[in-house]
Amino acid sequence: MTPAPDAATHDCRQVFAEELAALAREDRRVVAVCNDSVGSSNLVAFRGEFPDRLIDVGIAEQNMVGVGAGLANGGLVPFVSAAGPFLTGRALEQIKADVAYSGRKVVLCGQSPGLAYGELGPTHHSVEDLSWLRAVDGLTVLVPTDRAQTRAAVRWAHAHDGPSYLRIPRFRVPDVIPADAPFAPDRPPVLRDGTDVAVIAVGTAVSRALAAADALAADGVSVRVVNTPFVAPLDADALLAAVAGVRALVTVEEATLSGGLGAAVAALVAERRPTPMRLLGVTGFAPTGDAAFLLEHFGLTAEGIRRAAHEALAMAGAGVGRP
Amino acid sequence: MLTADPPAAARYRALRQATRDGDPADAVETLRAMSRDVRRTVVEMIDRARLGHLGGDLSVTDILVALFGAVLDVDPEDPTAPGRDRLILSKGHCAAALYATLARCGYFARSELATFMAPLSALGGHPDRRKVPGVESNTGPLGHGLPVAVGCALAARLRAEPWRTVVVLGDGELQEGSNWEAAMAAGHQGLGSLTAVVDRNRLQQGARTEETNALEPLSAKWAAFGWETREVDGHDHGALLAALRPTGTDRPVAVIARTVKGKGLSFAEDQVEWHHRVPDEEQVRLAFEELAR
Repeated sequence: MTPAPDAATHDCRQVFAEELAALAREDRRVVAVCNDSVGSSNLVAFRGEFPDRLIDVGIAEQNMVGVGAGLANGGLVPFVSAAGPFLTGRALEQIKADVAYSGRKVVLCGQSPGLAYGELGPTHHSVEDLSWLRAVDGLTVLVPTDRAQTRAAVRWAHAHDGPSYLRIPRFRVPDVIPADAPFAPDRPPVLRDGTDVAVIAVGTAVSRALAAADALAADGVSVRVVNTPFVAPLDADALLAAVAGVRALVTVEEATLSGGLGAAVAALVAERRPTPMRLLGVTGFAPTGDAAFLLEHFGLTAEGIRRAAHEALAMAGAGVGRP
Repeated sequence: MLTADPPAAARYRALRQATRDGDPADAVETLRAMSRDVRRTVVEMIDRARLGHLGGDLSVTDILVALFGAVLDVDPEDPTAPGRDRLILSKGHCAAALYATLARCGYFARSELATFMAPLSALGGHPDRRKVPGVESNTGPLGHGLPVAVGCALAARLRAEPWRTVVVLGDGELQEGSNWEAAMAAGHQGLGSLTAVVDRNRLQQGARTEETNALEPLSAKWAAFGWETREVDGHDHGALLAALRPTGTDRPVAVIARTVKGKGLSFAEDQVEWHHRVPDEEQVRLAFEELAR
């Protein structure tokens, strides 16, 4: 079920770094800020090319985010890059007050998000980030899926007039987003059309959702796969349009179910279009295991999605959520 | 967003010109008068709102007045000019003193001060830069100003521009670890354009700092992080002006301004309970009497 790490899958930190360097060449205001994370943020080449424009504050995340806000105050465009759990957990109040509430355009780049740190355990997993940051007003939360979307997210955040958080995938993923797919808050890409159930997926879950759609087709179920890289703010009308007509929904994310994408979609459909739904994500602190194992453990696999789709459709068939 | 009061801004520019270029003794007299005005305004605001942080407002007043009245290169009619000096009030709970000072400088009309903490006012209990011109960063949670100031100073250096960054810190908030992350970074980076002023009134919300989580030896702590330190009487405008001069070196400067919480009010000076107590009618009358001197 889990795609094997091979040449067809990619660690997206490389394209993140390439795109950031390209932006830095185009825009003198672009600077990078990190916390002794030059290597893990893949910024070694950036530092070589722009030694003055990489600020390593050391292991000090609160200062790192505050410095980002100050650089923005001074007219620069900081990309603050650090391991997701420490960037979002340790510096959450700085993200809220110094960046979002102060209206400062800072691009927060959460590296190795979700379960990517695997065996290092829940201290190093970043599965609460989507919940925490969805709650921060004015902050755009972006979860790119593959290399193309990672590049698009970096570009979008640079152009956007406001702060944003990017989850930069480290767990190897295949390229699944078509080159001509839109990248805009009001245009969630529909990667496959179907009529029975819509699977809404982000990040590592997208390729698995597509594989689940194949398996479900064999079961006689028509699956629509919708990708919502803009997790917050979620464009309600655009998402409802993208899932119009199906009888059931499944959300899949490499994040806790307490407040992430699934919770956002559930709140939306509960108010606007009650629909039977299953939510797949992380529940509880993870046991020991590598990231691939943990994705299996939490059912974030094609088989897990297939099962959830059948369950959601069974609820729909039983009349749950019907007028 | 509030907008500038051009006549007040013009008067402010003239005042600052005089404090910089005129006789130093006259400058001190001018700043003392400005402080009396700001203190009276703060008492009015807190009396009307029945809310506020009177003790800290009065301890930080002379620091803010010295900065705006003579030191900072700012233009209230162009509050986001790229080359302006940056002033960050890290002890955001002393917003009333900041608002009173900003209004005195013409950043917005003085009449707005009557709305302090009223429903839908731009002037909330902590400053919001999206509503109040002259506010550089939204503070309130403690330990936030210095890291942002470090970022500002780094931006000035990266842009090769000469503007300064000044951050005003409470002493109690130095118990927040984020300050020391930033202090370490400023020393390491050699940010000579950065000045931190500590409003050293020796009291925090619940008790004396030294009884709670001692800060002393405070100058030695800053020095150990690579800062030049200057200790002054934080109510002596002349001494403050001397301490706020640029260093001309690559070392950031920490000005430890020895202050009195509740300064100017006999019943409130150096009293823990006046952190955010609101004066009653008789105390307000007495306050205006004492602040008129």
